[in-house]
Amino acid sequence: MKTLRRDFLKIAAVAALGWGVRPASELLAAGGGGTAREGLLFASRHTVLSGPNALKASRWGMVIDTAKLTDEIVVDVTNICHTTHNVPNIPGNQNLKWIWETSMEHLFLDNYHEYQPETGAKSALALCNHCDNPPCVRVCPTKATFQREDGIVMMDFHRCIGCRYCMAGCPYGSRSFNFKDPRPFIEKVDLNYPTRAMGVVEKCEFCAERLAEGKMPSCVEVSAGAITFGDLDDPESDVRKLLAERFSIRRSPYLGTKPCVYYLV
Amino acid sequence: MYDKNKILIGLAVFVVFMTYPFWNNIGSAAYQRPELEKPKNAKDCVESVEFMRAEHMAMLNNWRDEVVRGGEHEYHSTASHQVFQKSLTKTCIKCHENKALFCDKCHATVAVNPYCWDCHVDPKGDMK
Repeated sequence: MKTLRRDFLKIAAVAALGWGVRPASELLAAGGGGTAREGLLFASRHTVLSGPNALKASRWGMVIDTAKLTDEIVVDVTNICHTTHNVPNIPGNQNLKWIWETSMEHLFLDNYHEYQPETGAKSALALCNHCDNPPCVRVCPTKATFQREDGIVMMDFHRCIGCRYCMAGCPYGSRSFNFKDPRPFIEKVDLNYPTRAMGVVEKCEFCAERLAEGKMPSCVEVSAGAITFGDLDDPESDVRKLLAERFSIRRSPYLGTKPCVYYLV
Repeated sequence: MYDKNKILIGLAVFVVFMTYPFWNNIGSAAYQRPELEKPKNAKDCVESVEFMRAEHMAMLNNWRDEVVRGGEHEYHSTASHQVFQKSLTKTCIKCHENKALFCDKCHATVAVNPYCWDCHVDPKGDMK
């Protein structure tokens, strides 16, 4: 009897070990190669079923020409984005922003030095990079932030519980938190877009609601050609042509998040 | 039976307490369905009145998931076979213009407090 019991325990231990390893190996395997972009290494993606008028792409991307960004364009772009999306204007450290101007050395921490040419741009626009491998989506416990098949990293404000894991996960600081009711801080509410409630995280969504209606993102429309938006998977698209012609950089690409906002410098 | 009296008194108190809502309401007016403001510019809703009355909350919940998470913006009505945009502020509110005279009337009567308007904007509300 004694040997039998020992054998049983051994088999049970090996079996338990096997069951413990199996799901992990499956998750890892699903992340590699092919079109299956699900698993531990990649966040799962949501299908987009859009209407007949919608603008469609297999991978949305943005190209920002830093040389064309004048002070007026920067102001126009931030204003139009924040007014159409009812982003409140709260001064101080509870500030919320979807797109904002920041200096080049803040944008490109790792490849900017003090001896840059005098003529080059000193600052540019920062926004959500809509990463191909978004860390915010992987850490969100409620899947309130998720990635669509066309690459847009979306927020489901209904489902956000305000844990702010995504803000810790995002290496670009693209997310803002509503520390208080934002409504008193909105100058004029745009009736076509909701406001947010207290305790919800928000960020740029590449104007998914405008794309669904067949319109370009509002920042692109007022940027006077400084911002280009299009399909990164289509070699004939404007963004791909620009990227093929000009030298471009992305923010902290070594982190492996695969950002899809490119800067022409 | 030990403590017969105590048990009976306890039971009586329990029964009185449990039936309090019933006898407290004796004589008061029966529940009346609130009179809602009907849309002026439309006759039919996206579905039948009975369906909307019973299912609008489930329907709106489904709409929000389908739009936000699935990018599915079109609603095909089973009543009129028309296509509507799944949107509280772009479809519902276009006809039911006054939240206070439509949504709030029933919600206040049955004491429910949906949080739709914490974020979605009521055009005729107190927003600037």
